[in-house]
Amino acid sequence: MSTLEFTQAEEAFRLEAREWLAANNPGRLPSMDTAEGAAAHREWERTLASGRWSVVTWPEAYGGRDASLTEWVIFEEEYYLADAPTRISQNGISLLAPIIFGHGTESQKERYLRDMTDGSLVWAQAWSEPEAGSDLASLRATATQVEGGWRLNGQKTWSSRAPFADRGFGLFRSDPSAERHRGLTYFLFDLRAEGVSVRPIDQLDGTPGFAEIFFDDVFVADEDVLGAVGDGWKVAMSTAGNERGLSLRSPGRFCAAAVRLVGLYRERGLADPGLRGAGDEVVDAWIGAEAYRLYTWATVTHVEAGGSVGAEGSINKLWWSDLDLSLHETALSLLGGEAELAGPWLDDYLFSLSGPIYAGTNQIQRNIVAERVLGLPRGGR
Amino acid sequence: MRFGRTPEQHAFSEALDDLLGAADVPSAARAWAGDDRSAGLKIWQRLAELSVTGLLVPESDGGVGADPVDLTVAFERLGYHGVPGPWIESVAVAPRLLGGTPEAGVLSRVASGEALVSVASGGRALDADVVEQTYALESRVGLDTPPPPPLVEPGERQRAGVETNTVASATLSRATVGSEQKSVDPSRRLFDVTAGDEVVTLDPRPALELGTLACAAMLHGAGLRLLDDSVAYVKQRTQFGRPIGEFQAVKHLLADVRVALDFAAPLIHNAALELDAEVPTAARAVSAAKVAAGDAAYLASRTALQVHGAIGYTREFDLSLWILRVRALVGAWGTPAEHRARILESLVVEPVETPSRGEI
Repeated sequence: MSTLEFTQAEEAFRLEAREWLAANNPGRLPSMDTAEGAAAHREWERTLASGRWSVVTWPEAYGGRDASLTEWVIFEEEYYLADAPTRISQNGISLLAPIIFGHGTESQKERYLRDMTDGSLVWAQAWSEPEAGSDLASLRATATQVEGGWRLNGQKTWSSRAPFADRGFGLFRSDPSAERHRGLTYFLFDLRAEGVSVRPIDQLDGTPGFAEIFFDDVFVADEDVLGAVGDGWKVAMSTAGNERGLSLRSPGRFCAAAVRLVGLYRERGLADPGLRGAGDEVVDAWIGAEAYRLYTWATVTHVEAGGSVGAEGSINKLWWSDLDLSLHETALSLLGGEAELAGPWLDDYLFSLSGPIYAGTNQIQRNIVAERVLGLPRGGR
Repeated sequence: MRFGRTPEQHAFSEALDDLLGAADVPSAARAWAGDDRSAGLKIWQRLAELSVTGLLVPESDGGVGADPVDLTVAFERLGYHGVPGPWIESVAVAPRLLGGTPEAGVLSRVASGEALVSVASGGRALDADVVEQTYALESRVGLDTPPPPPLVEPGERQRAGVETNTVASATLSRATVGSEQKSVDPSRRLFDVTAGDEVVTLDPRPALELGTLACAAMLHGAGLRLLDDSVAYVKQRTQFGRPIGEFQAVKHLLADVRVALDFAAPLIHNAALELDAEVPTAARAVSAAKVAAGDAAYLASRTALQVHGAIGYTREFDLSLWILRVRALVGAWGTPAEHRARILESLVVEPVETPSRGEI
């Protein structure tokens, strides 16, 4: 039940999404981080695109619906309520595409955007290096200018989707004399180019969700520099904002999970006096998801009125990552001895363990909140 | 779709800040605790001039007929500034409780600020010695109401009923005031009451929900104040040759408070909208707001105490006013346990859309 007021057009949009998902959703597919699963998830992206549901906020010319932010959140709520497959195209459509729209050349838009919408072009992100994690600005991989382009050298790691993706995006040091955030350039590269080696790494769930990428004199043409040479940090930070803020952890995700958790409690908790005590945790997960849903609508209202989301994105990231983990821990409590057995709750629990780490660890996020939202002095350890 | 305060509500909030920021509220709260109510009553009158006392009183009775969102705006600021007195009882609860009863006549004087009233919650009434009239509510479960729906947690439902607003029928009476009980918050003057002359039998829930909502907003405001004061303090308190606000151990504590408070706010706003629209889930929304606001404000108070160190542990320092107020309000208008039980019951008894995995 809600008192949020939507227009008739927004309600119609919700109904259309719901009906289309009910008719087309294949349910859970094999993990997208397996060869078989990656193919199935690309196929699902093709299906989404055929219904023009893969990138609803994009312009119609690129396969979208020109949907408003409100409509996007509506779509996400319906998508997760339907428990539809995870999005193998997420890196591309949510993290890279906004930058291509904002900083890219016409040629980059033509070459890359449409192929991202139907699963035919899947992107890996390549931020971290062995010695550059939370301290991303200390990265060492280099880009050296040559005739017509650049040669990339060095190593990236924890590159999500890299084992089964087509292309990657990341930062390289193009000015060896510059330090930290300066002298970095944003590159788009082909994972099958000569000199690229990808070594998959099994994650906690046993599937290779990320990889190491080694670059040995990999040629990248000038046309695949995104934004200005040397401007990479600024360009990349708009991606980090997306990842922490609205786009990656969809508002629909947690409400749907909380509703399922209540269902699990109804099945298990009510019947077993030993599990009654988990009721408070179920309630707190539901409150947390409800707060996240409403906070999102407050943000949407703010943004549609011309506001922007800055360091507040870090507040958001702290909330959803802690909520995701505690919600799934509660589910495992309710499953009792069965909790260790393979199943969707265990899959989602293992995924939730990564939330406080990726997109900037929660410790880094707390520094950002303290310094940029609360105004505490920078520095100090 | 729009979810947030209006420009008018922001302006109302700022007007309250202007008034209360200049009113030396901490001194008034200390005097209130020490039996001198004059400064607190003066603030009451000035807030009445801003129509705070008449927010929920109908215009026909001299009020402004505002909505529950306006109420949360006002109570957040009352909590922020630590204003003492029976605000929840007089301003949030009384209009809806007494409207349409033989006691409704008092409401025009509540709106004008001439009359303060109190309503007992959990057997005790706030400031019963200073108000014009104290009211008691006794639940009538088991007498003439159908039994409640199946319980999730068996227990003292009848007692918990009034406190978490689940009892559909109650007797309203003019209370007889007994002896004073000492609250953890010295500015909360609590009195035992016993039911006196019966006035009417009514459904107390709408009024009690508004009281719980106001309490949640007040907690949120108190939490915001504790955070602001803590941030100011850690910027100027120096140890080891630097402001302690430079230390990550301190930064992270305060960041967590910001997160908790920011996510309580939309729950309070939504509960106000749901009460206004009288949707069936309104009570659950109010409970969620109370739990989240209480948790966030309590975290703010614990953190404030910790980052202030020993000075925070003194009565002399004004921080104590908010630390003790929060501790009292966390358990007032339904304890966290009672509100969680009410939410759980609602979730389990009233299934909503429940897709099962992979079957859609």
